[in-house]
Amino acid sequence: MWTQIKLAFHKLGSPLIFYRFAQTLIPWLWGLTLITLAAGLYQALFVVPPDYQQGDSYRILYIHVPAAWQAMATYIVMTILATITLIWRIRTAEIMAMTAAPIGAAFTLICLVTGAIWGRPMWGTYWAWDARLTSMLVLLFVYLGIMGLYAAFDDRRQGARIASILILVGVVNIPIIHFSVEWWTTLHQGSTINLFGPSTMDASMLPPLIWMTVAVKLMFGALLLQRARNELLDQDQRKKWVLEALRMGGHDS
Amino acid sequence: MNRSKAQPLIALLLSDLKRARRHGGQSLLPLVFLFSVVAMIPLGIGPGPNLLQAIAPGMIWVAALLSGLLALDGLFKSDFDDGTLEQWWVGDQPVIRLVLVRLGSHWLITALPVIVLTPVAAQMLYLPNAALGLLMLTLLIGTPILSLVGGLASALTLGTRQGGALLGLLIFPLIVPVLIFSTGAVSAFLDGLPVRPYLLLLVALLVLALSLVPLATAAALRLNIE
Repeated sequence: MWTQIKLAFHKLGSPLIFYRFAQTLIPWLWGLTLITLAAGLYQALFVVPPDYQQGDSYRILYIHVPAAWQAMATYIVMTILATITLIWRIRTAEIMAMTAAPIGAAFTLICLVTGAIWGRPMWGTYWAWDARLTSMLVLLFVYLGIMGLYAAFDDRRQGARIASILILVGVVNIPIIHFSVEWWTTLHQGSTINLFGPSTMDASMLPPLIWMTVAVKLMFGALLLQRARNELLDQDQRKKWVLEALRMGGHDS
Repeated sequence: MNRSKAQPLIALLLSDLKRARRHGGQSLLPLVFLFSVVAMIPLGIGPGPNLLQAIAPGMIWVAALLSGLLALDGLFKSDFDDGTLEQWWVGDQPVIRLVLVRLGSHWLITALPVIVLTPVAAQMLYLPNAALGLLMLTLLIGTPILSLVGGLASALTLGTRQGGALLGLLIFPLIVPVLIFSTGAVSAFLDGLPVRPYLLLLVALLVLALSLVPLATAAALRLNIE
């Protein structure tokens, strides 16, 4: 079992095998994304009852919270990929780490924007210098720094490795930022969803959140594989395997 | 460490300092910058002592941070361009030590003069004299972290053409906690609250940065000369 996993891991380092893997998986991921997204949005907009205080405006949390989770989860994925990059120098891992950064930045931005839209009627302000908001803003800058550093190198492999160091530095840094900004008085509500212990959210409001979270995770997978595949094709456009792969009718999108 | 082992390190430090003295501006530029920022603040927001006093610790810190950025661009650049940097891996000194010496000289050249002249800047912004010592203490603990983090950013951007523009973006997230704890300490003092936890956290950050950042910096330099 373990040797098979190891074999699969190393096989994915080959551009051609990665390309085929991505080609097979992408349509499935998008299909499942659409189904879960439809289920989640339908329930969030029509099934769950309005909040007794916030009315209908709380429904934006079904986008806000999954986006926030994904903004952080993306960084964890990037950390794993950056570690693989620096230790084994697997090129597909480099490419995936770098193509994940804009996706993470996009989810961070979605989280900030939906939070601002919700904050205006609820808190009376679009923006507050609150601990969680500030950490998300700093996270956005971390993502932008990684993207900027990668883009600044002419040699993309060198850029990817050096940006991987920045990713690992960030992983030490992000918790410190989080706790340091916690020292400010906090306006943001505490977590209502607890994995360890009872959630303070009403059970009837939970299902759409689960659907939306799954949908966002699947969407992330689809986006990541799609962007990595495109980047790989772009970098290798003059290589033989690309011609072969495309001639064999692999390009359906 | 015996004398012969330490000799190359001392030589590097002395040559860095000598180079800074010959290019006179290197140490002067951050100072001039600091004071021009500090002088612009009252012009921008009005000369009222109450307002200035409230923002003084934060403003001096931000000005010190920005002035620290100035000399970072060239931290490894000339050694990288003329190939000296590659010699770092050929010699028998661990590169981490050389990195630390280079950052130490950067701190001596850019940060120390700023700390020494902080009392003048503090007067310009009406910071109470009682808080001055604490502000200087936070600068003393915090600016080495800035040098370390700045050195890392400088090493990361070494092989890029427009590296300088990226420095600010890379340093900002890394320096946020230092800024919060340093100015938090001074604000707490002015409000009559205990400052010890802030200072302990700052020292903890310094220890963490001192032990981890040179590793990352050496790795980044290494990838740049490959």
